[in-house]
Amino acid sequence: MLDLQGYGPRLLEGAGVTLSLAVLSLVLSVVLGLVTASAKMSRSVIAHRLATLYTTLIRGVPDLVLMLLLFFGGQIGVNALTDWLDDATGVDIFININEFIAGVVTIGLIFGAYMGETFRGAFMAVDHGQIEAGKAYGMNDRLVFWRIRFPQMMRHALPGLSNNWMVLLKTTALVSVIGLADMVRIASEASKATREPFTFMLVVAVVYLLIASVSELAFARLQKRYSIGYGEMD
Amino acid sequence: MATTPIPLEVRNITKRFGDTDVLKGLSLEARKGDVITLIGASGSGKSTFLRCMNLLEKPDAGELIVHGESVRFKNTAKGREPADWKQVVRMRAKLSMVFQGFNLWAHMTVLENIIEAPIHVLGKPRKEAIEHAEALLERVGLSHRANAYPAQISGGQQQRGAIARGLAMDPEVMLFDEPTSALDPELVGDVLKVMHGLAEEGRTMVVVTHEMGFARDVSSQVIYLHEGLVEEAGKPADVLKNPQSPRLKQFLSPKY
Amino acid sequence: MQALLDQLDALLANNSIFTLQTLSFYGDGLVTTVQLVFMSLIIGLILAIPLAIGRSSKNGLIKWPIFLYTYVFRGTPLLVQLYLIYYGVVFVEGIQESWLWPVVKDPFVPALVAFTLNTAAYTTEIFRGAIKATPKGEIEAARAYGMSPALTLRRIVLPSAFRRALPAYGNEVIFMLHASAIASVVTLMDLTGAARFVYARFYAPFDAFLFVAAIYLCLTFSILYLFRFLEKRLLAHLQPMT
Repeated sequence: MLDLQGYGPRLLEGAGVTLSLAVLSLVLSVVLGLVTASAKMSRSVIAHRLATLYTTLIRGVPDLVLMLLLFFGGQIGVNALTDWLDDATGVDIFININEFIAGVVTIGLIFGAYMGETFRGAFMAVDHGQIEAGKAYGMNDRLVFWRIRFPQMMRHALPGLSNNWMVLLKTTALVSVIGLADMVRIASEASKATREPFTFMLVVAVVYLLIASVSELAFARLQKRYSIGYGEMD
Repeated sequence: MATTPIPLEVRNITKRFGDTDVLKGLSLEARKGDVITLIGASGSGKSTFLRCMNLLEKPDAGELIVHGESVRFKNTAKGREPADWKQVVRMRAKLSMVFQGFNLWAHMTVLENIIEAPIHVLGKPRKEAIEHAEALLERVGLSHRANAYPAQISGGQQQRGAIARGLAMDPEVMLFDEPTSALDPELVGDVLKVMHGLAEEGRTMVVVTHEMGFARDVSSQVIYLHEGLVEEAGKPADVLKNPQSPRLKQFLSPKY
Repeated sequence: MQALLDQLDALLANNSIFTLQTLSFYGDGLVTTVQLVFMSLIIGLILAIPLAIGRSSKNGLIKWPIFLYTYVFRGTPLLVQLYLIYYGVVFVEGIQESWLWPVVKDPFVPALVAFTLNTAAYTTEIFRGAIKATPKGEIEAARAYGMSPALTLRRIVLPSAFRRALPAYGNEVIFMLHASAIASVVTLMDLTGAARFVYARFYAPFDAFLFVAAIYLCLTFSILYLFRFLEKRLLAHLQPMT
């Protein structure tokens, strides 16, 4: 284990924070993305407009600004809520917005918008005949969705999903700005304390590249699995 | 003695796309063991008519009776819709459609395609479904490709797999929508042979086709459609050998 | 003009946050952001063209170092790159006493360097993809008409590759605009820096950040429409005749 002037273990912890933050944000963004895609494809005008507003706003504003807004703004919102609770019921509680949760929510919200576009395109790419065959064999909408549209959509969505994940991973670095002790934050503290930025920043860069390379391999395998049945004639 | 209900009856179906009347009041009655072929030039409405039979297209008017049960409709702002989708699902499960483009589900093997709807729609036990599927694969000569994915086998094999998928539902009626039109000529024969066999064992079938040989040799009734109307109908011996309408005569004449 | 300013002043007098002073912070921030993004994009673009040609070369000695560069810069967060360059300069032994200090102390320079290297890496890959997508027949036709490889590259491959790269490059421009917000982390007073300052002073996150979000939104849409217009003009030949 690298000691790195005593910062080694803390950097490792930070890497754990980065990774768990990224994975949880990914889960949230996939859920939001599926909801957004359904809203965009739905016949309801209101759902469609709301989804479009959401994706447009998110994609028009820098990630960092959104993060600052949600983190600092969110705290004020929560405070107002607890104050009101205090006035109304006499229950005095104080909720401090946890940086980790704020990070997951912000990154999940941002990438939910991108995932929404990915999923929408992927759903549109599913051949209509496949869905018709499901209907013709007596499947209801739910069954058609879970047995046919969803698995077939995943094959089309994977390249975009993998791309979004790579960008998301790098975006987690921004949480260091709102005070979360991810590996970038710890490396930056260590750089200032030891005046050796190259050592720490390069280690962090290598860890990012490592995670990215491993995910690339994982996605290639997933792609292979979901491409099953789309291969060449044998 | 109670008579068994007629598998499929269609009365006075009309359908319009935009400003065009595609179907102008078509009826059909498929009794047990009937093989009805629908022929006609492209644009005559024969495929739309077939697709109306299991509501992949919604007819604007007319009646649809599957195994004695009439499908209920209601009028909505968007036009006439089935009143009860559960009923539609139930009725579709009794009619198996074989598509021109096969439409085998690409992410499932041939065997998985065949057991999918029996398990998830009919609620059959998996083991039973697999046994049935294996017998059907044998029947269409595809046992050796049971675990192949659709993209890995030829069009003719895919279509035979699709027929097995249809049979696995134990349907009242098999609907065929130009089942050989997307196939290379040398693969057409195998598919027709399977369909021929089905007719011989007394399956009720409605077939949209361009294969005049099949219509002549296999069907019990031929219906010639022209611009959404029945121009001529009857036994193949009458309709095909001795056509009355000038249009049908021209349709049947060798093109070259 | 003066009357207009007076009116604005009167309007702002009722507002404790958006005073002329804070608005001028935002204004200066806007100028800094636009300068930073524009300069890094231009320099990055100039670097990316030869890099993309080299990246498409068959010579491994040229191809692989460029690949390594783009892989590293595209695979790590821009913030890490910025820290590396910013701290890397600040903590050089003795630099704070040297004559260079006034120049490098300003975070604008390290930010510009980091952003330029970052966008050059992305742009290189965008151009490489566009060069690779050149129809083989067009190159063969050029060869058949006696064009040298260099002439083919200059007259045939690059002009069509630039056009093909336009939509992806538009996204890169928007990406850089948004990424530039992190310059505020190294104390640069860009748009986001101004917003953070206003937030810290008035503890008014909604006012401070929503206002700046609206400015970014306007900038994003301006870029979007500019590229749509360019695409219409330059990619017209790829559209089917109507």
